[in-house]
Amino acid sequence: MRDLRLAFRAGGGFGLGLAFFLIVTVMVPFSVGPNSATLATIAPGVLWLGALLACLLSLDRLLALDWEDGSLDLLATAPLPLEGVLSIKALAHWLTTGLPLVLAAPVLGVLLNLPAGGYLWITLSLLIGTPALSVIGCFGAALTVGLKRGGLLMSLLVMPLYVPTLIFGAEVARRGAQGMAVETPLLMLGGITLGSIALLPFASAAVLRVNLR
Amino acid sequence: MIEVRDLGVSRGAVPVLEAVGFCLAAGEALVLRGPNGIGKTTLLRTLAGLQPPLRGEIIGDREQIAYAAHADGLKLTLSVEENLWFWARVFGSEDIAPVLSAFNLVGLRTRPAGSLSAGQKRRLSLARLMVTGRRIWILDEPTVSLDTASVQLFASAVVAHLSAGGAAIMATHIDLGIDGRLLDLAPFKARLPALDFDDGGFL
Repeated sequence: MRDLRLAFRAGGGFGLGLAFFLIVTVMVPFSVGPNSATLATIAPGVLWLGALLACLLSLDRLLALDWEDGSLDLLATAPLPLEGVLSIKALAHWLTTGLPLVLAAPVLGVLLNLPAGGYLWITLSLLIGTPALSVIGCFGAALTVGLKRGGLLMSLLVMPLYVPTLIFGAEVARRGAQGMAVETPLLMLGGITLGSIALLPFASAAVLRVNLR
Repeated sequence: MIEVRDLGVSRGAVPVLEAVGFCLAAGEALVLRGPNGIGKTTLLRTLAGLQPPLRGEIIGDREQIAYAAHADGLKLTLSVEENLWFWARVFGSEDIAPVLSAFNLVGLRTRPAGSLSAGQKRRLSLARLMVTGRRIWILDEPTVSLDTASVQLFASAVVAHLSAGGAAIMATHIDLGIDGRLLDLAPFKARLPALDFDDGGFL
C-alpha cells in the first residue's frame, strides 16, 4: 500500500515504463517502414519486447530507493516476513508498471497494424506474463541492491530469466494473431508465472538478507 | 532481558570486535562508546539481527528489538503522519497521537517529510521507535543533528521508556543525562588474525 502511494506520488516511477513502451511501439513503424504486412507479422513480438524492456527499466527503483533512505533495514527488522514484504513490492511494481502496459497494449497494437484476432491474445498474454516479469525483476533487484550503479548488472542478470516468459508470451500473441491454437504456450506462460510467484519471493528474501549484512 | 556472551562481529569478512559480553535487564540503558570505526554500528546491526554474529551468542527475544539506524528511513514524499502511520500499522499499533506530542511533531503532522530540516527528520525517525511498541531500543547515534531542546525531548522519551520497563542500547558520544552503564568497546577490538596461509608453493 505504501509503495503504491509512493509510486504515485513520486511521479516518474509510474509513467516511466508506460512512456518507454509508447516510444518503442511508436518508433518501430518508422524504423521498419510502413509496409503493413511486415508490421502485422512483427507486431506481437514488438509489443512483448517493448513491455519487457519497459518493465526492466523501472526495476532498479524497486528496492534501491528503500535501500538509500535506510527503510529497507527497518523493514527487515519489522515483524513482517521479508518474503511478504518483497511479494507486496513486486505486486506494487506490477500494478504501477505491468498493469498499465497490459491496458496500453491493445491501443498500441493499432499503431502496429496488429491483426484483428490478436488483440485479445496480446492483452491476455501480457496479463498473464507481466506478473512474472515483476516477480523475477524483484529477485534481480534484491540481488543487486546496495551496489553502486547496479542497474547494468541487474539487467544482465535478469535478462536471461526473462527469456522463457518472453518466448511463451510472444508465442501466445503471435499464434493468436494468426488464428492458430494457443493452448500450449498459454499453459507454459501461466506455469512460469505461477511458479515464479510461488518460489521467487523466498529466493529474493534470502539474497536480500545476505545483501543487508 | 538481553544477554550477550562472547560475541564476535565482523564487517565484510574482517572481524572488528571479539569477546563482547554484557547483560541488560529491564529498565536499564547501555551506552556504547569507542572511537570511530571500532565497530559500534556493526555490533548494533548484529544485535538487531541484520547480520549473523561471527561467534558467540545473543540470548533474548529478537522480536522485542526495535532498531534505529544512522539513516532516517523516511519517505520524503509522504507526510509526517503518513510515515508514522505506516510504521504503526507494520508494528500493529493503533495510536500515533502521544508519539507526535512526545517528539513535538504535532505542528508538522501534515508536512511532507521532504520539507523537514535534518533535525526534524531525526525527531520523526526517533518517534518511529515509540510506535513500534517494542521493549528493547537499539539506537545508533540517535542525537545526530538534534538541537539541545530536542535532545532533552529524546532523553525524556528514553527515560519514560526505561521506567515503563523497557531497555535501550545506544551508541552515542554526548552525555544524555540518562542513568546508564557505559561500555567502552576499545578493549574488545579484534586482533588481526595470524596469517596462516602458506604460499610457498606459489613462490
